Amino acid sequence: MEKATLLDWYRQMVQIRRFEQKCAELYQLGKIGGFLHLYIGQEAVAVGSIAARQENDHIITAYRDHGHALAVGADMRRVMAEMLGKVTGVSKGKGGSMHLADVNKRFWGGYAIVGGHLPLAAGIALAEQYKGTDAAVLCYFGDGATNIGYFHESLNLAGVWKLPVLWICENNQYGMGTAVDRASAVPRIIDKATAYGMKGKQVNGMDVVEVYQATQKALKAIRSGKGPQFLEMITYRYEGHSMGDPLRYRTKDEVEKWRADDPIGILERRLLQEHNATQDELEAIDQAVEQEIAEAVKFAEESPLPSPEELFTDIYVEA
Amino acid sequence: MARITMRQAITDALREEMLRDENVFIMGEEVGVWGGTYAVTRGFYDEFGPQRVKDTPIAEMVIGGAAVGAAMNGLRPVAEFMTINFAFLALDAIVNHAAKVHYMFGGQFKCPVVFRAPGGGGRQLGATHSHTPDVIFAHFPGLKVVSPATPYDAKGLLKSAIRSDDPVLFIEHATLYQVRGEVPEEEYLIPIGVSDVKRTGSDVTIVAYAQGLQVALEATNELAKEGIEAEVVDLRSLRPLDMGPAITSFKKTFKAVIVEEGYRSFGIGAEVAARLQEEAFDYMDAPIKRVAQMEVPLPYSRELEQSALINKDRVIAAVKEIL
Ligand SMILES: Cc1ncc(C[n+]2csc(CCOP(=O)(O)OP(=O)(O)O)c2C)c(N)n1
Ligand SMILES: [Mg+2]
Repeated sequence: MEKATLLDWYRQMVQIRRFEQKCAELYQLGKIGGFLHLYIGQEAVAVGSIAARQENDHIITAYRDHGHALAVGADMRRVMAEMLGKVTGVSKGKGGSMHLADVNKRFWGGYAIVGGHLPLAAGIALAEQYKGTDAAVLCYFGDGATNIGYFHESLNLAGVWKLPVLWICENNQYGMGTAVDRASAVPRIIDKATAYGMKGKQVNGMDVVEVYQATQKALKAIRSGKGPQFLEMITYRYEGHSMGDPLRYRTKDEVEKWRADDPIGILERRLLQEHNATQDELEAIDQAVEQEIAEAVKFAEESPLPSPEELFTDIYVEA
Repeated sequence: MARITMRQAITDALREEMLRDENVFIMGEEVGVWGGTYAVTRGFYDEFGPQRVKDTPIAEMVIGGAAVGAAMNGLRPVAEFMTINFAFLALDAIVNHAAKVHYMFGGQFKCPVVFRAPGGGGRQLGATHSHTPDVIFAHFPGLKVVSPATPYDAKGLLKSAIRSDDPVLFIEHATLYQVRGEVPEEEYLIPIGVSDVKRTGSDVTIVAYAQGLQVALEATNELAKEGIEAEVVDLRSLRPLDMGPAITSFKKTFKAVIVEEGYRSFGIGAEVAARLQEEAFDYMDAPIKRVAQMEVPLPYSRELEQSALINKDRVIAAVKEIL
């Protein structure tokens, strides 16, 4: 991998992490409301896989969507404005943290019904197949989502119709407080993909380079006509499921063990040891990100709230 | 003008729209090789091919959701639920996705999907296969719900539904497939959300739609023999609900009976009655009556099932009670 590429991924991962830490602060201050699901610990998955996409590929995910939104290149100021419910937000303040989207980046958004967006991904892929393009859909979901009917119906349909979907399971070990082996009859998620004609591959989701390479390979397989593909990214969320999670279901030791494999730490070591990056170089990136976040918060805070009339816009396209 | 069945009118609308716009395609269980469980898409598979007439697995959640995704990404899917009873499995895709994506993402996405679903009771199909759950779907802003009563309306409304940039649930009462009516050769559209006066009269206003409209019209024929002239308003669309003609009529007759096949509780009748009293309270001369399905799961046995459903005698009795 080129050093410049790795530095860019480092920047993106730091950007996501610091953005979310800022969001947590704003949540404590009451400036962000509703549910807030942090992606901290999983940054390598969104960054590495989205880096592997071709320009016309589509992205769709669940409510834990800040990382994907930033990785597709959505304007951070407008993402932050959405968090604060401002009209300048990516979804005009009507979506919030769970419903970020950016149609211009082919990012179809975050969805809050577990598994509900998997059939949408199949449909988006169907439209590409119908039009005869070579675009694929990268569809992200959690380990918990693999137990819901939507998952099974969508994988089956994608298999039968050979839809260009890359199913990306972000196995962060828990669905809320329920560990994978307490909710899934098979502990290896990829075993479920087998049932629908996909081989599936487990990937170290803490290593952005591994994520990138596996995604690239899977997308190539899709484009060469091999049908839908499945990746299980083994990862971990460092924070609670959402704000206010009592964290009764896991031990501090377990979290510490995973923190030793921090995706940003792994990349940082690789940059310093294998690519002659300097601490100064990385710090300069950190500072630039801080600056960007400060500007995003300022933009969001200074933005107007949606006007009362906005309540009634966009219910229908046609009056 | 040709007199054709409602089934034929729906078939013609689908076929014409598929010929007009290649982004229109059909997906659902048994829509292709079989030719449609109610034979609405007979011949389509041979004419349009498997790319545009897609047989799906028995998987309502993904039929609903994939149609939403395809619509968001530029196609115009007409997704058929074999019957509306099975659309319950897709309620989330319809209500939480089709009806929400435009609003929830601040207008970034459109969802021009049509869900077609035959529904209704009266065919001895037992408790799970006889629902008229139209109100459940009509409850949600973001979705349009249409349920025609005549071949003419069915054709014009389905064509509008397919061309609409919004998600539309198109409910076809299965006992109406054989109903015949005049349909012109030339192209026409009927706008969604516009009610229609199907019979004029000055003694009482009957508000109905779909199969309820046919029952209401039967009743008015008998009432006319006794010199009672009812005005009949066909809602045609449940959301958006056009109350204009019903209110105008009520202000003339001062009395109303609402006829629907679904249950009375929380039903169309409750909604229409509430709106009449809100908007025309001073014109009300008598309690507004509701004729609807008995509050029981529908039984199999023929006479028993019929006794739970609406019929012309119950409409006539309701009218006479308030005259
Ligand atoms: C259909 C449905 N059931 C329950 C919930 C509540 N819920 C939200 S997130 C979640 C856990 C999902 O876990 P997973 O798929 O592993 O994703 P993660 O949160 O770990 O990213 C649950 C149960 C929901 N949003 N939707
Ligand atoms: Mg999880």
